[in-house]
Amino acid sequence: MSLLDVKNLKVEFVTADGIVNAVNNVNFSIEEGEILAIVGESGSGKSQTVFAMTGLLDHNGSATGSVKFEGEEILNISNQKLNQIRAEKIAMIFQDPMTSLNPYVRVSEQMTEVLIHHQGISKLDALKQSITMLDAVRIPDANNRIRMYPHEFSGGMRQRVMIAMSLLCRPKLLIADEPTTALDVTVQAQIMQLLADLQKDFGMSIILITHDLGVVAGNSDDMLVMYGGEIMEIGKTETIYSTPTHPYTQGLMSAVPRLDDSEERLITIPGNPPNMMKAPQGCSFSPRCKYAIDTCNIDSPILSKVSNNDHFRACHVSKEKIL
Amino acid sequence: MSNHAILEVKNLKVNFDVSSEGDMPWTKAKKLQAVNDISFSLNAGETLGIVGESGCGKSTLARAIVKMVPAESGEVVWLGNDLLGLSNAETRPYRKQIQMIFQDPLASLNPRMNIGEIIAEPLRTHYPKTPESDIQARVSDVMSKVGLLDNLMNRYPHEFSGGQCQRIGIARALILKPKLIICDEPVSALDVSIQAQVVNLLMDLQEEMDLALIFIAHDLSVVKHISTKIMVLYLGNMVELANSEDIYKSPSHPYTQALISAVPIPDPSVEKNKNLIMIEGDLPSPINPPSGCVFRTRCQKAQDICSQDKPEFKEVSSNHEVACHFND
Repeated sequence: MSLLDVKNLKVEFVTADGIVNAVNNVNFSIEEGEILAIVGESGSGKSQTVFAMTGLLDHNGSATGSVKFEGEEILNISNQKLNQIRAEKIAMIFQDPMTSLNPYVRVSEQMTEVLIHHQGISKLDALKQSITMLDAVRIPDANNRIRMYPHEFSGGMRQRVMIAMSLLCRPKLLIADEPTTALDVTVQAQIMQLLADLQKDFGMSIILITHDLGVVAGNSDDMLVMYGGEIMEIGKTETIYSTPTHPYTQGLMSAVPRLDDSEERLITIPGNPPNMMKAPQGCSFSPRCKYAIDTCNIDSPILSKVSNNDHFRACHVSKEKIL
Repeated sequence: MSNHAILEVKNLKVNFDVSSEGDMPWTKAKKLQAVNDISFSLNAGETLGIVGESGCGKSTLARAIVKMVPAESGEVVWLGNDLLGLSNAETRPYRKQIQMIFQDPLASLNPRMNIGEIIAEPLRTHYPKTPESDIQARVSDVMSKVGLLDNLMNRYPHEFSGGQCQRIGIARALILKPKLIICDEPVSALDVSIQAQVVNLLMDLQEEMDLALIFIAHDLSVVKHISTKIMVLYLGNMVELANSEDIYKSPSHPYTQALISAVPIPDPSVEKNKNLIMIEGDLPSPINPPSGCVFRTRCQKAQDICSQDKPEFKEVSSNHEVACHFND
């Protein structure tokens, strides 16, 4: 049994201008101790997928399908039950640590609150555990700094505080939504290294959401490429990087300049990402795809096996034509 | 080299007065050195990339060159004239030769003006006597250059995507036929596939119009791709300046080395075997920067001499300058 099993997940938003299909038929699963990266451009539905799983959708959004965590259905269950799972079993960190922390409350207060609420331990024990956790995320002088307010920390330190807070209840799954996008590269390297170390120490699984293909390459076992709310390709990170079999994945890989390479010209994907209000018929990538054939504009391709090592792609065009 | 330089910046310094919270009205404001002693030159058709962490003075440097922030001292020599010594009225003729593109494409366009008006505005400001028919022709010409259809002229900024808005910003900068465009993080807000389109567009336009570019970004891979030479800034100080290939192949300053090793490479086999040089800690406060070498508080090689003497900016090989005591 997988730790998390997502089946036919669909997310819809009702807006004044019509219904937006943000996520369409998403299927994936995560094993214990695995790091799965979800990659995609803005508006591809990567964040909404995990928001739906954890019951964090905006009030005008609704999700259908099935999300099983340790065999139990968690999609659309009561808030009371969700609250127990969130933080204790599934924790989340977000892009901007300053907006995730309460600026009026000391870090000590915000951290111990989690433990007192979820584990019912005394304030003193909670404080001790919180300090240990700040040590674990390598915040120097944790004993004193825990009494500070969020604004007294730098961006990288704040993200460390967020990580420490999310790990307090030893969750089985950590969802990191663009955890390093707001940080400088040198700090990004520190945070990613820290996450990798903590993952080994605590043995948890991580869903890493990012648009940065470089971060994915160094920090994930499996990856999932999303576009227009649909999964384009899913498989082992190494396999996808060495043989991307979906035209969109290929396009993305060639559009990023590499520091260790000097290409004369970047290969671009023409056009713009789709407007989800009026998503194109058939494959959502077909209007921008150079391999598109007639079927692409009519039928949505379904995820099908590429080879035996868990590599799937959603494309009508044969693999040989693309490679 | 300096014979053909169109822009020469010499010992440019920018200070800001900052008063911290709780200061009394009579407390003297502290000096923040945002840009400290920066010199470089730029030839026509060349691209200078400026990289560094947030808060290192990249944008302030760019703004000081076009006099959007006042410089404390130094010279900005544009085609033989020191812009800093000129009055605002005297600077105006030179302003049309230097244009800027900004980070947030939507925020840099006036939401109440349509695209045609936005792109034509610099032309109407600098050449008020241009006949209307000429303006229209120039606008549609420059729009086609950046890949926008000219029937979009009557639309408003909110109707466009981020990548298209950036093209509009580029069109507005191009209409005066500038010699230099300063691009302040022009692709940071864009998605990967759109970023590549804009980078290619800028490189094409540069070749076509013999433009010089100053390209500011925190993404080292993009900067290396587009630049002929790269300047690395740390806490307002230049730490290294070299050709873009040299800076990647043989970075001399410990900070540049760490910066380059921190950039993730989109290739799992390279990334997993990479030798990462970590720099610990955070950027020191620019209000009281470390004595001597500004990087010494986070540098692995730091010795006593680093806290006493500020390292000079000197050449280690041809066109490769570094500010470090241990660069051999």
